[in-house]
Amino acid sequence: MAKYKNHILVCGGTGCRASQGEEIVQNLGKVLEENSLENEVQVVRTGCFGFCEKGPVVKMVPDNTFYVQVTPEDAPEIVAEHLVKGRKVERLLFTDPETQERVSESKDMGFYKKQIRIALRNCGFINPENIDEYIARDGYAALGKVLTEMTPEEAIKVIIDSGLRGRGGGGFPTGLKWEITRKVEAEQKYVVCNADEGDPGAFMDRSILEGDPHAVLEAMAINGYCTGATKGLIYIRAEYPLAISRLKIAIDQAREYGLLGTGLFGTDYDFDVELRYGAGAFVCGEETSLIHSMEGLRGEPTVKPPFPSESGYKGMPTNVNNVETYANIPVILLEGAEWFSSIGTEKSKGTKVFALAGKVNNVGLIEVPMGTTLREVIFDIGGGIKDGKKFKAVQTGGPSGGCLTEKHLDIPIDYDNLIACGSMMGSGGMIVMDEDDCMVSVAKFYLDFTVEESCGKCAPCRIGNKRLYEMLEKLTEGKGTEEDLTLLRNLSNVIKDTSLCGLGQTSPNPVLSTMENFADEYAAHVHDGKCPAGQCKSLMQYVISDEKCIGCTLCSRVCPVDAITGDKKEPHLISQETCIKCGACYEKCKFGAISIQ
Amino acid sequence: MSKVKSLADLRKMREELQTKVSLREKSDNPEKMVQVKVSMATCGIASGAKEVMNHMIEEMDRQAIDAIVTQTGCMGYCHAEPTIEVTLPGNDPVVFGHVDNKKADEIIEKYVIRGELVDGIIPVNYETVKENKNE
Repeated sequence: MAKYKNHILVCGGTGCRASQGEEIVQNLGKVLEENSLENEVQVVRTGCFGFCEKGPVVKMVPDNTFYVQVTPEDAPEIVAEHLVKGRKVERLLFTDPETQERVSESKDMGFYKKQIRIALRNCGFINPENIDEYIARDGYAALGKVLTEMTPEEAIKVIIDSGLRGRGGGGFPTGLKWEITRKVEAEQKYVVCNADEGDPGAFMDRSILEGDPHAVLEAMAINGYCTGATKGLIYIRAEYPLAISRLKIAIDQAREYGLLGTGLFGTDYDFDVELRYGAGAFVCGEETSLIHSMEGLRGEPTVKPPFPSESGYKGMPTNVNNVETYANIPVILLEGAEWFSSIGTEKSKGTKVFALAGKVNNVGLIEVPMGTTLREVIFDIGGGIKDGKKFKAVQTGGPSGGCLTEKHLDIPIDYDNLIACGSMMGSGGMIVMDEDDCMVSVAKFYLDFTVEESCGKCAPCRIGNKRLYEMLEKLTEGKGTEEDLTLLRNLSNVIKDTSLCGLGQTSPNPVLSTMENFADEYAAHVHDGKCPAGQCKSLMQYVISDEKCIGCTLCSRVCPVDAITGDKKEPHLISQETCIKCGACYEKCKFGAISIQ
Repeated sequence: MSKVKSLADLRKMREELQTKVSLREKSDNPEKMVQVKVSMATCGIASGAKEVMNHMIEEMDRQAIDAIVTQTGCMGYCHAEPTIEVTLPGNDPVVFGHVDNKKADEIIEKYVIRGELVDGIIPVNYETVKENKNE
């Protein structure tokens, strides 16, 4: 076998592929061949590097040069300069926004400095479509160790001692869940991987499945052995085609190697995995709905207990864990419970992956130890707020979470602290907002999502959320009253207390947390008929200043509804009745004569 | 590929597959490795730097020395090409000139393994901009 001198790792995550990542791979291959380097340099499609903001990302090994925003046309220069002449392509290096210096290695970039990668350890490192690379990274060694050297009880004890908690949102101790499933006696048991990631803006599960699918398969087999299940099911949304195709490849390869199937590692333990596709309903992330959906029934929740651990898929004991939870399992078993529990806070161990999105400079996928503060995440890793604007809030936990403000920035992130501030960990979506975001509108956005995604089974969620949405809409139109605010709060609490499943029990959280943290903003909408952020269209108007307007007529020409009148060289006027508040005039005016009031 | 029938099978397989990712793993901790930079400008390539580089990679690999061999741009010692810069963990870089395969073997045997200096060292008489800044 030819020994490669260099590896070129090209990000093959969904984001980078959408920006022509695949063409980069092909062009690199072509140019390498032209230079007769194809036997010396290996081009590898990896999973997500996390630095999606500056994708597509290309990493050169062994010198670890990290190129960002690479285009397919850059391939000849990378080969000619970097590989042949040994000179870095300066213009493709990341520029530190503070020092304006080019940074050549990822470990010197603010984005990566505070990260510890456990669940994402292989993402951006191995080719997810090649089981050999996973095995070379100690893949399936944990499964082998557990099957041949440990009893299920011993393995479960390691997971319990590690302090690992469910990464899907609730934070239930994983080892305990396994223990409960193990103790129930049944002919057939199942383990299920919940890959129905549904929070707006969250993509950590998808990235793990795309970047390191074998880690999930291995963990499921371990889970099966520990709980006494021989069948694994992955419930994944059909909207994740790349993750599905990589999972299928991974399952085939694992079967071929005898790492899935019968008699694993020479023992009499059998385990195999199948995929089940979801249609992308948010409620199916709730485990009882998920199980019903897999059974071919409507994706609706049922009352717990009985918990799936006792009676789940086809009425049999079923252990449901989230993708990221599984990704932690093999490392914990290899490195030990003590190692894992040394990372994190007292009650939340290990790391958490967050999908950082919104008005932040470095949008991407990050993994930090529990206990890292929001400030570190948003300002050090995220690089602060876009366009130098002011930080206003960060939304965690998706539609079930809440908005945290400036005063929460220094709180160490863990399950319990986030709940104490009125939000929650959720699956790890983190949406950053700046001064231009109206918090009433944000609450309305999430309610819109929940109303859409409510399965309709129980009245509080089906009817209550719709009423909440209508009240918020009234507020954003400036028609809200003091009474509405009281009603909003009361109804929110009723929905939380009386809904059947997690969806309804948490859906009012965005309303309650914004009311709590941004009471002024709600008051301004009600009492002054104003939207302080200038986002609620009904509450604002565009006005032309007579002094600043020189009568260039540009605004009247760009206005799509002819709402602006005025003669040449004379101040113009906007007819508020006709104006649709599209903002086209505001953006075009060169003299700053148009303002929002 | 045959099926994995035991943990020993998997371990053996892992050993064999290690080379697939070892380059990437090493590059995450370069300071713990022997780092060799081969000057690969036009003059270097013309004097055979490429052959030396391939030879060094193979030799280090054969002798199981944890090393990263990379190419770099012109170091300015065109009179002494091919030149290589060797950095042992915790030591200052040392530049060797006129390196052919034979010299490369000597460098590996004496300097890399035993830490003895060999003939052909080019005294480094420059400072890089970055070093200055850090001081």
